[in-house]
Parts: sequence; structure tokens; C-alpha cells
Amino acid sequence: MHHDTHENQPNQSAKPVGLTPGQDAPISMEAIRAKLAASTGREYWRGLDEIAETEDFQLWLEDEFPNRSTLLQLDRRDFLKIMGASMAMAGLVGCRNLPQDKIVPYVKQPEEMTLGKPLIFATTATINGYGRGLLVSSREGRPVKLEGNPDHPASAFPGDGLKYGSSDAITQASLLELYDPDRLQNTTRDGNIATFADFLADAQAIITAAKADAGQPIRILTETVTSPTMAAQLKAIQTANPRVKWHQYEPVGNSIRLGAKLAFGEAVNTIYHFDKADRVLALDGDFFMNLPGSVRYSREYAHHRRVNKNKSTMSRLYAVESAPTLTGANADHRLRARASDIEAIARAILAMAEGKSDPAPAGTEGFLKACFEDLKSAGANALVVVGDGQPAIVHAIGHKINSALGVVGNTVTYIAPVETVADSEDHFASLKSLVTDMAAGSVKALFIFGANPAYTAPSDVEFAKALAKVPLRARIGNSVDETAKLCNWNVPTTHFLEAWGDIRAYDGTASVVQPLIMPLYEGHSTIEVLAGIFGKPLGGLDLVRNYWKAQNLDPNFEKAWEKWLNNGVIAGTAFPVKTVAASGAIPAATPVNTGLEIIFRNDPTVGDGRHANNGWLQELPKPITKLTWDNAAIISPKMAETSGYSQGDILEISAKNKSVKAPVWVQPGHPDNSISLHFGYGRESAGHTGDGVGFNAYKIWTSESPEVMSGATIRKTGDTYRLVTTQTQWAMEGRDMVRFKSLEKWKEEKQSEPLAEEPPAEEDGVPTMFDQTKEWSPGFVQWGMSIDMTTCIGCNACAVACQSENNIPVVGKEQVANGRHMNWIRIDRYYVTEASAGHTVDDPLTLFQPVPCMHCEKAPCEPVCPVGATVHSHEGLNQMVYNRCVGTRYCSNNCPYKVRRFNFLNWANHHETPVLKLLNNPDVTVRGRGVMEKCTYCTQRLSASRIEAKNKNEEYDGSGVMTACQQACPTHAISFGNISDPKSEVSKWKAEKANYGLLSELNTTPRTTYLERVNNPNPALEKA
Amino acid sequence: MEIIKQDRLITGRHTNATITERITRVILDNKAHPLSWYVVIGSAFMVLQVLMLTITLLLYIGVGIFGINQPCGWGLDIINFVWWIGIGHAGTLISAILLLMRQQWRTSINRFAEAMTIFAVMCAGLYPLLHTGRPWVAYWLFPYPNILKQWPQFRSPLVWDVFAVSTYATVSILFWFVGLIPDLATMRDRAKPKWAKMIFGMASLGWRGSTGHWFRYETAYLILAGLSTPLVLSVHTIVSFDFAVGIVPGWHTTIFPPYFVAGAVFAGFAMVMLLAIPIRSMYGLKDFITLKHLDWMAKITLTTGMMVFYGYLTEVFYGWYSGNPFEWYVIINRFKGPYAPFYWSLIACNGLAPLVLWSPRIRRNVPALFIVSIIVSIGMWLERFVIIPASLHRDFMPSAWGLYTPSVGDMGMFIGTLGMFVFMMFLFVRFVPMISIAEMKELLHREYGHGHGAGQGEEHQAEAVGAGKH
Repeated sequence: MHHDTHENQPNQSAKPVGLTPGQDAPISMEAIRAKLAASTGREYWRGLDEIAETEDFQLWLEDEFPNRSTLLQLDRRDFLKIMGASMAMAGLVGCRNLPQDKIVPYVKQPEEMTLGKPLIFATTATINGYGRGLLVSSREGRPVKLEGNPDHPASAFPGDGLKYGSSDAITQASLLELYDPDRLQNTTRDGNIATFADFLADAQAIITAAKADAGQPIRILTETVTSPTMAAQLKAIQTANPRVKWHQYEPVGNSIRLGAKLAFGEAVNTIYHFDKADRVLALDGDFFMNLPGSVRYSREYAHHRRVNKNKSTMSRLYAVESAPTLTGANADHRLRARASDIEAIARAILAMAEGKSDPAPAGTEGFLKACFEDLKSAGANALVVVGDGQPAIVHAIGHKINSALGVVGNTVTYIAPVETVADSEDHFASLKSLVTDMAAGSVKALFIFGANPAYTAPSDVEFAKALAKVPLRARIGNSVDETAKLCNWNVPTTHFLEAWGDIRAYDGTASVVQPLIMPLYEGHSTIEVLAGIFGKPLGGLDLVRNYWKAQNLDPNFEKAWEKWLNNGVIAGTAFPVKTVAASGAIPAATPVNTGLEIIFRNDPTVGDGRHANNGWLQELPKPITKLTWDNAAIISPKMAETSGYSQGDILEISAKNKSVKAPVWVQPGHPDNSISLHFGYGRESAGHTGDGVGFNAYKIWTSESPEVMSGATIRKTGDTYRLVTTQTQWAMEGRDMVRFKSLEKWKEEKQSEPLAEEPPAEEDGVPTMFDQTKEWSPGFVQWGMSIDMTTCIGCNACAVACQSENNIPVVGKEQVANGRHMNWIRIDRYYVTEASAGHTVDDPLTLFQPVPCMHCEKAPCEPVCPVGATVHSHEGLNQMVYNRCVGTRYCSNNCPYKVRRFNFLNWANHHETPVLKLLNNPDVTVRGRGVMEKCTYCTQRLSASRIEAKNKNEEYDGSGVMTACQQACPTHAISFGNISDPKSEVSKWKAEKANYGLLSELNTTPRTTYLERVNNPNPALEKA
Repeated sequence: MEIIKQDRLITGRHTNATITERITRVILDNKAHPLSWYVVIGSAFMVLQVLMLTITLLLYIGVGIFGINQPCGWGLDIINFVWWIGIGHAGTLISAILLLMRQQWRTSINRFAEAMTIFAVMCAGLYPLLHTGRPWVAYWLFPYPNILKQWPQFRSPLVWDVFAVSTYATVSILFWFVGLIPDLATMRDRAKPKWAKMIFGMASLGWRGSTGHWFRYETAYLILAGLSTPLVLSVHTIVSFDFAVGIVPGWHTTIFPPYFVAGAVFAGFAMVMLLAIPIRSMYGLKDFITLKHLDWMAKITLTTGMMVFYGYLTEVFYGWYSGNPFEWYVIINRFKGPYAPFYWSLIACNGLAPLVLWSPRIRRNVPALFIVSIIVSIGMWLERFVIIPASLHRDFMPSAWGLYTPSVGDMGMFIGTLGMFVFMMFLFVRFVPMISIAEMKELLHREYGHGHGAGQGEEHQAEAVGAGKH
């Protein structure tokens, strides 16, 4: 607020011009001391004059024009100055605190940029150390939306003929991490701001001094490294300076590396080819979410799985799993098994494959036999996938099964490791050797790049304690997290959208990480910091270019470089297929634990905790549980019943003198006598969003049994905790929200006559007086969407993509609890119990259904709005006019799909965190408090494509435009386009026999329709 | 003899003079107010501050201070709106329909009931305005000329509501005021302080009690009664359209208009009794609001209560008979769902409790009537709760089901409007003749004829200039 002070408020800084009071009467210090000594209370004083209470001061204090008895005594110049000031002040009186910033358009517009139009650049995201190709839209220099790069192997599958790249929820949400207000902004030394040069000087001094020492007193700790430049740097550093040792630590994923080593005697990476896999068995492996190639695998899987008029074959998926995952939910047959039983199951299958016999755990024989027979019948098109939740031995068995089935080279191939290994494939061993050395005091300096072991280290590795003994503890990271707090130097690092770099994808394909924006803060990329500490400082661009120039991939480097940047991949860098023999001996069977087991997994949204401060991911409902803002001790309904635990009861789980308190979540489909805990929560120093959310499962996690822990004890504390979910109802209540049928049944129905291709209005036989011939004629675009529930895996990529595209706010746990989450597209999850098919509460069938706005032609929301704030467009969009909305919420009440979202509070208020303003898509209105909003079919994209067609003077047929959800979807489960054009893909989908409208019996004639989910059950198992 | 005496609409030995004296004394005599008046209005004023505070917070923070959510976009805000509007209906029914039907017994309670209508509509009117997300643009619901050439969306029942409620409020205020004119003139003539004479003088619009005045007055009053009569039916019919026009199971039903109107009259009469019973004893007006009045009001309460109960039974029947699984689920959910206690309390309050009014003894037992009135008021509030959140919270998509829990903000608005209502009622009692003096004299004349009481003649003469009437 501006305060009008020109009346009679003399303050020191605004002394009237040309006048200095009390010049004639010097202030007596003694008098001041005496006066201050005499007062008993707290004295407020503005200056020495005031305390002295000189006559001049009194005069000056009281007089508007001090030292002048009348205005006439002012001389002319002072008078004019005061008048001038008064005039200026008078102008300010009417002001509120509106910013007076002036904006100036580009005087010289940057090349290629048109104001208001996005520029799109190819770059690569770093997700758990691996690359995912991206196309990033930049608006006036701000990256605002990430999409998959169709040319990048981890984002697209060339075989499916789709021209766009996909992504997943975490990739989509990584944009928010760029604008995270809690990012570390300055280099700090012991918490005080320092310079990067200071840091380098300090680091180099200790490195120089260490040259005289024995051993390896200089240590580097990184996470997974796939960047060729960084790997080369680290190698060079270690070669040049034998005093340097590099360690590596990533909490999850060890068993995959060690399993391969066990089976093949050397580390290799496994590549699956789901497009060829007719029969897939997933042994506790969620290949839809957890692998570096998951987006690609989902695309391959969906391509092979999809059925339509021209294709009536689909793959069959078996899942044996110890905790419900997306893979199990999508499986045609799912066997729930305790994690410790899966080794025996794997052994039984291996025995069958090798023609030997090994008894399967009781109760699983029928399933395994049928499954194995089916795998065998598929020949080389079978595939067994083992997940990171299983120990190395099961991975080794998995490799042997694939080898015995003869599928290697077809559905499975092997390549050399994409990750550069520091000192051991076993990251626990690497971290432990570092901690041992630190504890012994032999480490002089530790440079931690990104990793957060103070939080993620197993409880038996006392990283934090040992770290205190290191004199120079430097952390190069993006926030002041648990590890950074223990370090004396903190150097901000860059987001992948801020700096040059390079990275390899799951298949080894390298790509350049191209920055979209200058670093928002004083960040330096990892390679720049490495170069600065150990060599001469060099910019990231030079480092990357120098590395690739040295590779001599192309005689014309400059031209090739341009191409690499443009395409987002460095062609021909995928690793060649490696022939390895699974000849390693499998160790003897681990004794089966029959007691309570605890299993540990990365959280499906916040991962190992690195995304804990990401509001989008915190609020994103977990794919299966639909839980938000928390992790939980997940148990089966039976266990809850027999042990007397109910939802929200806090359990104390203790193991090896460590304990953690976790609330119970009762999860249908979870094995009995087993508790799943997810990492990523209970952060103490994640930032404003992630601090204190959930509990920290790392506290009882040990490196001895990282996957499955036995011997834990649990105690009911008697306290309860409120877990918040976006979907409280499990069942469909006998309503056919998600229609599903078997492939056989689908084929039968397919034989019958398809529906005539008619506009939906007539389709239902609803009489209409509205002449639609014009709107439905060629040249008029009618938007529609179709969602294929056979290929929808429920992964949430669409939900986050929508949030990013449409500036959807995050509302927090309390508001989600109150039913006020804002997602425009939600993924409904239903459980089906059907005793005849073996689906019970303990073992339900899980179905997913993405629900955006249906854009009903007879939308119930429209006639009830009193001000006409929701209206229909001639292209069939149900539009929301935010400016007109008064917020009666009648439309939401009357929406049978409940897809409307209301701004109950001012959620989009970014005044306190201005950096979040940069995040917003400028094409989408940021909604204020009190207005309704909902899915618009990304109307801004539709408008942009229409304008583009008009500018080119083309007839607009609505082809080529994609909604954000459709574009993100890794399984192409969403088709969108012009339904008045019978040649459009969406029209073809809608012409399928399996197409149906949700609640179409209400005569809403929804524009969004669904394709029934088709399952492919094994007849041999159906009978049982 | 006692029974006969009780069956009169005016009891006690009253003359025109005593009627005037008794009714005006409440206003003119500062000592006429018992301590309880000060206690009640003082408490009500404090509760009114809860409303002020809630509205301040609401405007500052937003409608998020209510417990509403998706799927329950409406909660206590609309429940209270419908409840208050319903309460007002008894006033209009008594004033207009009973006037046209020449029901003499309306006379002593009509002024009172009309005031209640106006204050109830004021309370009700706050909700549609303040429940919107952006109350500062709520005027967009009115069809006003604007440069955007933008009209309200006339298909929406909420727009019909705007017309229905604003017409209702206007006509009710006019009707009340026109009826007050002769009495205001009496007040002008009897008031002592000059300022009071001036205020009453201006309000009485120069009434002198001439035959011409009386002629025009009666005509105007009848016309307004004619105008109000359809409003009794239309307002709550249109309020019921807010629900019946929607497709939400539990809302989308044709029985709503008659069932809402009956419910409104039911709730309104309960509220008239609830207010009349304490005030008649507080001010010694038992001669004017007699047991016969209470008896007849109880009969109407019983009749409309049974109509409402019939509505509940019909809803259940149609839920089953429709064969519509969504409709049937709503009924089952009312019986057994999370809000089942509300539903069964509703049946107990509105279906069973009024049945005691079959007994003539209870109809003339004042404490029993008071208790039944409270039960009915609660029951009608529960009815709106069962209709609004209990239907919304589980509609078509099981995945979107939720619960509605009233928040502190919701309760603040509700309790605050109760405070406002009581505060306004007690202000009215203090400053305006709460019983129509003129009509009571007419009633006295009809009931007892000319020969009633000694010295009647002089009294008539004395009053003629003011408000007396032959």
C-alpha cells in the first residue's frame, strides 16, 4: 500500500529539501545518555536529534515547512521544489499498488519467432538417469509443454505408424520441476551465499592438497550415468588423477543389473519387444511403468494388443505379482503371490521349460501349467519379464526361461550396459565402500551429484553419520534436500531444460539435451561442474560438442550436429544386439519365508522421492489405489480382516531395531500376509510441497533384503490417519460404465452387421427438429473422441498432460479430501468381482476408464446455466465461457458424468510464487475463483490448427490436431478428430461394433465414446 | 360456556378502545416490553453478527468456505434457501387466499405472518446471491439492458427463480405495507413524541380514514390479494423446478411442484405457530390470537403434512415403478446410505409427528403445538437435505460418488440467518402494530355486533378520525 506521507511526517530519508534542522544548536551526547538512562521502558527513537529534544528538532517536527515561520519565508527555489514534489505526490494519491511496469515488444524480433506462436524444439528428458526424447513448446522463451519425440526410440515405436511421440506422467510433470519455487538458487557455503568461483577454488585447493596423500581421498557420488560426455569426463578424471574415486547409488534397480550378471556372467541390458510377444508372462514386473523403456514398451504392447475391424488377434498377458500394479490390472490372467513365493514360481516354469520338474507352490500349479503351455505354444513369440521388485536370482531365472523358450533374438534382445558403471554394478556395494571410507576418515572431499543418500540410503548404511567426517562435502543438486543440508557447499544444478548435455535412451541411442531457456537461477549443469572442479571450466555446449566431435560419427560434424539437434537423436548410436549365453549357474533356492513379508517399491507417482516436491505428481491419484498425497502400508482385505486392521489405522512396522509408522490401506488384489511400502514419502527437506507428506519407508529398508524383507513385526498403534483418495467407490454398482468382453465374444459380435455410419443424433433414434444437414456436411468439422479401453493401461499420462496443457491448479490434500480435485480428465478404476470367473474381493478384475468431458450434443449442463456461460459450438464442443460464469454450480450438479470442476477457492493465485506464472500456457485462460471449468477438447489447439489452415488458404478438415491427453498417451488409447469425416481415425473407431456411449440411455448423445475392453483369456484357465 | 368463549376469534371483554390500546401499547409504551424481549433481541443481534462475519469471510475467501464439492455442488446454501422460502408461504396463504375466501380467523395472525414472509424471503434471498462463486456478478441473472446485448439464459430454472422470488418479495412487501396504512395512521394519532408522529405520519401516506380512503384501500387490498394468490402456488413450484428440471435421480420428478407447495405451507404454518405462541403470551395477546386460531392452524399443518407424506410415499413408489436403476438406487440409498439417519428422521418429523394433531386436545394444547411446530420445522429442513446432497452425492457415475459434510461456514450462514430472522421479527413486534387494529375492530363488530359493551358509541366516535371503522 502506498501511504500518503507528505502531510507532516518527517522521516529521515525524506527531509525537506535544503533544510537541516538543529545546525545551530549542537547536540549534547551527555544529555542524550542521561535521558536514555532515565527512561525505564523500551524507547523508540528516530535519531539523536529526537532524543535530545532540541528546540530546533521540536520546531522541525511540528512544522510542515520546518524552520520557517510562514510560507513566505521559503525562498523561491525551495518553494518550487516543494510544489513540484507536492504535484508528484498528488498524482500518487489516486494510485493503488498496481505495478507500473512497462512492457515493450521485441524491437528486433528473434529469428523464427512469431509472438503468440509456440516454437518447438527437440530435447531429451532425464528420467531416472535415462533419456526420453521430447519435443518442447516454447512460448516467448518459456518452455510450457512437453511432448514425446516421434523420432526418439524411448518415446515412440516406429512399427505402429503413429506420427507422434508419447510420454508418461512423470515426464509430463518434469516441466513443473523447472519452475519449482523451492529450487536451490545460489551457490552456498555453510548456508551463506557464495560464488561458483569460490566453490571451484575451494574444491581445487583440496584436490591439489590431496595429491600428496595416499589412497583415494577425493570421491564423487552420482546417480545412474548414461550421459556419454559425463561418462567420458569421469573416466578421464579418474585416469588423470588417481586420487579420485567415483561411486554410484540409485536405490532401486540393483537386482536387474545383478540378475543379468548372474545369468550371463557379465552385465547386459535387456530389451523387450512387445510388438512380437503373443504370450507374455510378467513375474512381478510392471513393464508399463518402471523400466527406462516403459513408454516404448507400452506403445509396442498396445499396437500388438489392439483389435479392430481389420485385426482380430491380440496378445495374452499373464501376471504373477506381489502387489497390484498396472501390469496385473491389464493382465488377462493374474495370479497374486507373495513376493517370496515368486522365486519358486519362476523355478517351476524354468523346470517346465527345461523339461525337468520342480514343484510349484501349492495352489499355483494349474495356473502355471496352463500359462506355460500357452507360452510354449507361442514359440519364439513368448516372453517372460521379471520386475525390479524381485531379487537378482529371479531375474537370472527369468533370463534362463527366455533362453529355454527360445525367444532370445525375437522378443528379447540383449545389449551392452547403457549405464556407465562406477566401481560396481551393485550400487549398495558402491555406496557401502564410500561410507566405510568416510567413516574411517580417509575421504577428504566428496562431490555428490544429484543423489540424495541421506534420505534414500538403506537403514543399515549410515551415510549421514559418516558424511560428517568429510571435510569438504559438496552437493550439486536442485534443492536443499536431506543430503544437501549436511553438506557445506551447495551448488545449484540445472534442470534438463536449462543446460546442454547428452544422454542415452534404454536402447543406447544417444541424444543431445538442448536447453530451452537460460538457467533461471545460478545453476550449472553436472558436466560443467565436473569440468570446473577437475579441469578447466568450459560451457556445457562446448563440452558436449567436443565429445561428439571426437567420436567422428560424421565427416561433416556441423551439419550432423544441426541434424541431431533438429531430430533430437544422434542417429546410429543405438547399441548393437549382443549375443550372450545364459550359462550362469542359478544358486540354490532361497528358503521360502512363510511369515509376514514387507516389500518395498518406488512410488508410482513420486518415484524414489525425487519428485516429492512436484505438486502435479503428489496430487495425481496413484494408478491403482487412487490415493493422493500419501503412501500407505498396503495390505490385502483378508489380512485386514484377520488382523483387525482397517483403512487408516496406523501400524508401527519394526525391523532390525528400526521402525516406521504407516497408515493401512486395504487393497483388493494384494497377497495376504504381506505389506507393500512405497518409497518417496516422509521427506524432511523436499520443499513446501513435499515436506512431511507420508512416511519414510527407507527407515526400515536394508541393503541385505532390499526387495523382500521378512522378520518384521507390526503393532497397531491405535491412532488413525486420514488417507485421501479421489475415488471412494470400488464397484460399478451393476451399472455398465466399463463394458468388457472376451476376445471370443467380441469376434462373434463382430460378425453381425455393423451400425450404419450416421451422425450420432440419429443414431439413437432421438427425434430432432434441428436441421443438421449443414453442420454434418463435408467441410464442417465435428469434433469427437473415442477411447479404446482395450489398450488403455491406466497410467495417468493423459491426466498430467492435461494439467500441463490447461493450467490446471493443484489444490492440496485437504481439498482433495473434500472432493475438490481439479483434473479435467480422470482415470476411473473399478473392481469387478465375478465368482464364476474367479474374481473375488481378494482377487478382483481391475478396469480403467479415462473420463474427460463427453461434449454431449444434448448436454444437460447447458440448459440449466442461468447466464449462458456454457454453450454449444457449431463444431459440437460444449464450451465454458469463464468470463460469463457466475458460479451457481448447477451445471456440475446436472452433469451425469461429473466431469465439471469448480474453483471453490482462488487456486490459481501465483502472487506469492511468481515463478509459477512462467509455467502457464498462454493460450489457456487461468481461471479465477468462483468459476466452473472442464475439459475443452483442448480448444486452443483446435483454434490454432484452424487458423493455420485458414492462413494457408486450405479447406479445414480438422485432421492433424491432437488433444493433450491423446498426444501423451503411450498406448494410443485415445483417438480424436473430425467425426463428420468418415475417413478420420476417430470415425473409424466410432464405427466399430464395440463403440458405445457412456450413459447414452440418458439421451445426452456424448461425443466422447468408448470402445469396449476386450480381454483375451486362456480357455484352459477359463474352465477352472 | 368456556368452550364457546374459546371458540370466539376475540376473547375477553374488548371494545374498540381496548383493542387499540392493547395493540398500540406494545409500540408506544416503553415499559410494555418484558425482559424476555430484550434477551431475545439481544441474543438475536449477536447471532446476526455471525452472519455478518460469515458473509465477510465468504466474500473474502470464496464459496470454498462451504462444505460443497464435486459431486455435491449445492449444500446448506440451497437447503436453507428453499427452507426459508417455504416458511414464507404461510404468510402469503394467510393474507391472500384466506382473505379471498373470507376466512375471518386470519385477521389476528395475518400481519404477523406477512412480516414473517418478508423476513423469511430476505433470509432466503441471501443464499442464491451468496452461494454463487462470484456474487459480484450475480446481477447477470437479471434481464437488464447492456451493451453486450446479453440476456440471461431463459431456459434455466435459476432465472425463473429470480423472477419468482423477486416478484414474491415485491408483492409481499406491498401487500404488507398497504395493509398497514390505516394502522400507521392510528399510530400517528396516538404517538406522543414529535419524531414518532412524523415517521408514522409519513408512512401512513396522509390517511384520514375517509370513506374514499377506505374504498380505495379495500379495492387495492383485494387486488393485491388477487395478485398474491397465484404466487403462493408459483413460487415454490418454480423453486421445485430447480430440481425437477435437472436430470439428477431423486430430482427429476413431476411430483415436485405440488409436493413443494404443500411442504411450504406446512413449514410456514409451523413457523407462524412457533412465533405466535411465545409472542402472544409475552405481550398478553391471548385474546386476539386465540386457541381457535391455533386449532385451525394446526388443522392446516396436519392437512399439508399428510400431503407431504403422501409425496414421500409416491417418490418411493415411482422409484420402484419406473424400473430405472438410478432412480431406484436413490431410494435405496435414502433408506440405507450414509444419509439414512436424515431420511428416517425426516419421516419421523414430517410423516409421523404431525399425526398427533388429529387429536382436538393436542390442537388446543399450546406447549404441544409448540413442540410439534419445532419438529415440523426441523423435518422440513431435513427434507431439503435429503433432496439436495443426499441425491447429488451418489448419482450416475459410481466413480464420482462422494459425501457432503456441512462446514463451519455453512453453519455460520444458517445460524446467522436464524439470528437475522428473529432479530427482524422482534424489531417488527416493537415498532409496527403486529396485529391489524383496523381489521380486529371489524372482526369485533362482526363477532359481537353493535351492542357490545358499554360506552361503545363514544369510543367509535373517538376512533373514527384515526382508524376506526364501521
